[in-house]
Amino acid sequence: LMTAKSLASKETVNGRCWFYSDDDDGISVYLNRELHAMNTVVAQLQTQFQDYLVSLYQQGFLDNQFTELRKLQDEGTPDFVAEVVSLFFDDCSKLINSMSRSLERPENVDFKQVDSGVHQLKGSSSSVGARRVKNVCISFKECCDVQNREGCLRCLQQVDYEYKMLKTKLQDLFNLEKQIVQAGGAIPQHFPSYTILRPDIRPCLDA
Amino acid sequence: KRTQNNPMGVVTESQFHVLAVDDSLFDRKMIERLLQKSSCQVTTVDSGSKALELLGLRESNESDDPNATSTSPEVEINLIITDYCMPGMTGYDLLKRVKESAAFRSIPVVIMSSENVPARISRCLEEGAEEFFLKPVKLADLTKLKPHMMKTKLKKESEKPAEEVKPEIEEEESPVIEILTLHQELESEQQEPMLSNNKRKAMEEAISTGRSRPKYNDITTSV
Repeated sequence: LMTAKSLASKETVNGRCWFYSDDDDGISVYLNRELHAMNTVVAQLQTQFQDYLVSLYQQGFLDNQFTELRKLQDEGTPDFVAEVVSLFFDDCSKLINSMSRSLERPENVDFKQVDSGVHQLKGSSSSVGARRVKNVCISFKECCDVQNREGCLRCLQQVDYEYKMLKTKLQDLFNLEKQIVQAGGAIPQHFPSYTILRPDIRPCLDA
Repeated sequence: KRTQNNPMGVVTESQFHVLAVDDSLFDRKMIERLLQKSSCQVTTVDSGSKALELLGLRESNESDDPNATSTSPEVEINLIITDYCMPGMTGYDLLKRVKESAAFRSIPVVIMSSENVPARISRCLEEGAEEFFLKPVKLADLTKLKPHMMKTKLKKESEKPAEEVKPEIEEEESPVIEILTLHQELESEQQEPMLSNNKRKAMEEAISTGRSRPKYNDITTSV
């Protein structure tokens, strides 16, 4: 029974919520309502996060290695995935630039340098779970092996497109994570396996 | 974790110390985190020569004595994990140097590579590498390392009083549909003291085709 007397008031001081009331009932009712509201917001965000993450797997942006990456993150290292991913995108940018320079003049292409760049990119995209980027690298390597400059240029363009696309997607994902944490919730840790979502594509046989 | 006695008689614990060698910053960050997550203390270096320096092995072959040490080692290393492809000294070269040294040959060495080259794998295993991991390395791969590190530790501490060592094998629930090797299935159930683990593993090794069998998951070998 909510009476004027039993209504509690809320105040946030130094990031902590304080509830004031004349009596215990008021506090508990208020708390329950607050918690319920918070839980609803958190639950909604968590579902949004989950759905978005699953869609990234379904659309082939990510594979199981991304799952492995997330396993490495914990309360002690809450930014690990973001840091590693950021390192990866920096690498992409650097390597694409240097490969672009190597491919610039048709009469003087340094295919060795390009090959080295592709090798590195393939390795790091594979470690991060960046499936589309990795797949482009596979084709890229083939063009490099037969010294096909035109093919290399096409692949270079594609790699550039794919990494930038993934960067945007993951930025959105990390933003959702932040919102969940800010709303006081926990980031969902369990999610379906990539192989269950896309049984037609088996990630580990790509290489 | 191993226990040590200090002068106060109070028992302290220390972790397994792994030396990780890789010329790629990205890969170093990855392997460091993987090892930390497996409860190991990690030191990373970016080259084979730095690894030798850290161990206290003189790198150059000025003297003919492969056992020469320039300084006493600052740290005790329980396992070396190294990338294969590195400029200058490759992982294979590093492996050879370690195994040629009387002081350090007992340290287990693991090789990592992003390329699945069967000849490379057998060459490394023949030279004395304990395991060969295909990149990207997973948490589940690292659970294979514990028995190797425990072997070294138990040997070194055989004079110390018997201790209870709790296995800290982190068996992460992998959502990937993987065909678990007999190895992993047994490991995922273990709660027993380490010694019987070693025995079990030794039995497994005997049953399987032996050390020369490449130990990597999920990759089809192209011949």
